[in-house]
Amino acid sequence: MTEPATLLAIEAVTKRFGSVTAVDGISLEIRENEFFALLGASGSGKTTLLRMLAGFARPDGGRILLDGADIAQTPPNRRPVNLMFQSYALFPHMSVRANIAYGLEMERLSRRDITARVDEMLATVQLTALAERKPDQLSGGQKQRVALARALVKRPRLLLLDEPLGALDKKLRGTMQMELKRLQHEVGITFIMVTHDQEEALVMADRAAILRDGRLLQCDTPHAIYERPLNRFAADFIGEMNFIEGTEAAGGLTARDGTLIRSAAAAKGAVCAAVRPERVRLFPGHADTVLAGTVIAMAYHGLDLALHVQTAVADKPFLVRVTADAADAKPLAIGAAVTLGWNVADTRLFTD
Amino acid sequence: MMAEAQPPTNAGLRAVLIAVFAFLYIPIAVVVALSFNEAGLPTVWSGFSLKWYAALAANSDVLSAARNTAVVALISTGLATGLGTLLALGVETRRRRGGALEALIFAPMIIPDIVLAISLLSFFSLLGLSMGLHTIIVSHVVFNLAFVCSVVRARLRSFDWAIVEASADLGASGFTTFRRVTLPVILPAVVAGALLAFTLSIDEFIIAFFTSGAGSASTTLPMQIFAMIRFGVTPEINALASLVMAVSVTALVVAQRLNRGVLGA
Amino acid sequence: MRLIPSPSTLLMLPALMWLAALLVVPCGLVLTLAFFQRGTYGGIVYEPTLENLKLVFDPLYAGIFLTSAKIAGITTAIAVVIGYAAAYAIASAPRDRQAMLLFFAVLPFWSNYLIRTYAWIVLLNREGLITQALRWFGYEGEPPSLLYTQGAIITGLVYNYLPFVILACYAPIRRLHPELREASRDLGASAATTFRRVTLPLSMPGIVAGGVFVFVLSIGNFITPALLGGGQIQMIGNLVYAQFLTANDWPFGAALSMFLIGIMLALLMAQARLTAQAAKSARDDG
Repeated sequence: MTEPATLLAIEAVTKRFGSVTAVDGISLEIRENEFFALLGASGSGKTTLLRMLAGFARPDGGRILLDGADIAQTPPNRRPVNLMFQSYALFPHMSVRANIAYGLEMERLSRRDITARVDEMLATVQLTALAERKPDQLSGGQKQRVALARALVKRPRLLLLDEPLGALDKKLRGTMQMELKRLQHEVGITFIMVTHDQEEALVMADRAAILRDGRLLQCDTPHAIYERPLNRFAADFIGEMNFIEGTEAAGGLTARDGTLIRSAAAAKGAVCAAVRPERVRLFPGHADTVLAGTVIAMAYHGLDLALHVQTAVADKPFLVRVTADAADAKPLAIGAAVTLGWNVADTRLFTD
Repeated sequence: MMAEAQPPTNAGLRAVLIAVFAFLYIPIAVVVALSFNEAGLPTVWSGFSLKWYAALAANSDVLSAARNTAVVALISTGLATGLGTLLALGVETRRRRGGALEALIFAPMIIPDIVLAISLLSFFSLLGLSMGLHTIIVSHVVFNLAFVCSVVRARLRSFDWAIVEASADLGASGFTTFRRVTLPVILPAVVAGALLAFTLSIDEFIIAFFTSGAGSASTTLPMQIFAMIRFGVTPEINALASLVMAVSVTALVVAQRLNRGVLGA
Repeated sequence: MRLIPSPSTLLMLPALMWLAALLVVPCGLVLTLAFFQRGTYGGIVYEPTLENLKLVFDPLYAGIFLTSAKIAGITTAIAVVIGYAAAYAIASAPRDRQAMLLFFAVLPFWSNYLIRTYAWIVLLNREGLITQALRWFGYEGEPPSLLYTQGAIITGLVYNYLPFVILACYAPIRRLHPELREASRDLGASAATTFRRVTLPLSMPGIVAGGVFVFVLSIGNFITPALLGGGQIQMIGNLVYAQFLTANDWPFGAALSMFLIGIMLALLMAQARLTAQAAKSARDDG
């Protein structure tokens, strides 16, 4: 299988604002026809990086190569890159149709070509019936589709999305996540999405980059990041994780009460062990690591039951997820004594 | 009122409002009513008549003053709207905010008009300029541009600058973005500001009085009205007052429709 | 290193140049004029002197200053009380009506000043409407001389500036969270105490702003005392007018203007200081 081509190469890009370094030497390669996520908390530099890709900020160092050419100094209106704004930024005085046509008018296409492409795009985002409406007559989800259509109709090499789902309510967000993925597949254009929502990145992205304080922590598929986080921050940021502090020992980590947390990986320099809640079993028949604990809280989540279990190895209670069926089979109450266990393969060790 | 131990009742508050609105509007209503009074005096109502309006139409002084006022208002509004809008755009897109700049922009609106009037008179005299409608126009622009700037700035504060970036992102140059995105969106505010400036110019007396020079060829309507009040109140004044009020109020109501809050409300 | 001014600065330049040439320079000119002398036939003799400034404080004119301050003060007091009450009433009206009510309360302020003042001549005149109304109620005697009194001027000034005070007071009242008043009642305060200790202090910035504005506009006013005072009552504005048009003593007129501007700036700075202090103490408490 051939490696997909590199579309965008970000080489050691740096951006400073006064004494603050917002982006600190980040290098990334983004491929053709890929849904890529820039994931991080606010202040991580993800938005600054996105704006540099769009052309609204100039890097202080490094290069941005699109199809091999450095576009870092190119003004935004001359890049084959388009941005879907977080606030959508629809032109309030223009109809949906006029909004979408705007970018094509800038390309000086013929009136006929413009109408054809706009009609096609309206059909793709299912807004044909609302073509003559003004933005203030649209719902949040509809506005988002207009913003998308307006950017995509220009067939850019790259579509940038700035926190695209932030303004939507939970249910709509779920629908739109699938919609965006489907759309990306359909048009075949690379999407780069900025988000602080790790769940969103996991669901939507083919690959994701975790940013922190302007630096790149890990860049891989969501599955790989989830299963094999490279450092503690990444582990904590993605999904839920139980952490146990300790000192390195043969075969794993010695917790503060002396319990050995077994691990398959090498323990050199490890100061912390971690295990995903769904890998922890209650009352395990056989497990490599076993802990005793007391249930201190329970939260019902419909599909499963989240249990908070206080153990001797950590101050923070262990989070364990039990399927609803299992919970029904063996009902638990607050204060119940339980044992937890998991296998060596599921222990992660971190040196930070 | 608030010294009583009772909280203001809704009926009490409503009474206050009615009294205040009566206070504000009855005097004007009286003038308008009188303009239609055949007798022209408050002493007796002798019937509905338009004769005072007819007398106005025949009064050449009033007509020429009206013409002058229109010229002054239109030209000074035109200039002030252009300058004021550009100023507003410049101020609101700056990264640094200066207190001195704000003070300079606010100054024309709060300076006592007589002080501004004598300052301009002194200035024009010192330069040896002949004074006439042109000096009135130039003087009116000074405060008009501050008001237009104020109205447009208020609109720009709720302006979504992301649409300017979106326009650039979609391929538009700076000028195209201004022409097709920024200007159309702020246009109602610009027009409202222009209407406000127009009204202020039509109604302005002191600065016009001091900067018009000696000639009667540069008498504006407010100057004419002042003279008519000072030197002999004739019933024509009521008709003139009513007309001027009608024009002002219409312009202001339209301005409010275009850009809510243009009068501060 | 920017050698070309930024686009923002370029946009501002034409208007700022206009203001510099036709506001800053003329006002500066007037300020310097105050230090020169009046020529024998009314021109300007460019010899520096402090005579004009001293003249401003001369007892001859002290009377006019005091009258102006008194009239402006009474006007401000009345306008603030009525204006606040009206603003409170509007803020208590149904939400969707408030904008319209406020608009019509403020509208007169932006219409013709001369005409609004003239309307009071019609009302207060010897055979004006008020006299007519009194006669209608059976009053037989001499028509009361209401016009050309300090009372007439005060009425005219209050009438003209009331809308602005209403506007200035409305904003802070409207912004007041109703929960603050409810919390006060919940903690045991009566309605009057709640007003005195919660509503009123929080409305202060608007009251002060409105009051300062009315005072400054009233004390420098020319039209109202000229029309409603009939030349019998002089305020500073009339005095300045006279210097420039009849007495031909421009330097003295300029000195008087300086004084007016001085009062205005002093009040504005005091207001700014008060508002900043109030904001600071709000931050410290919160």
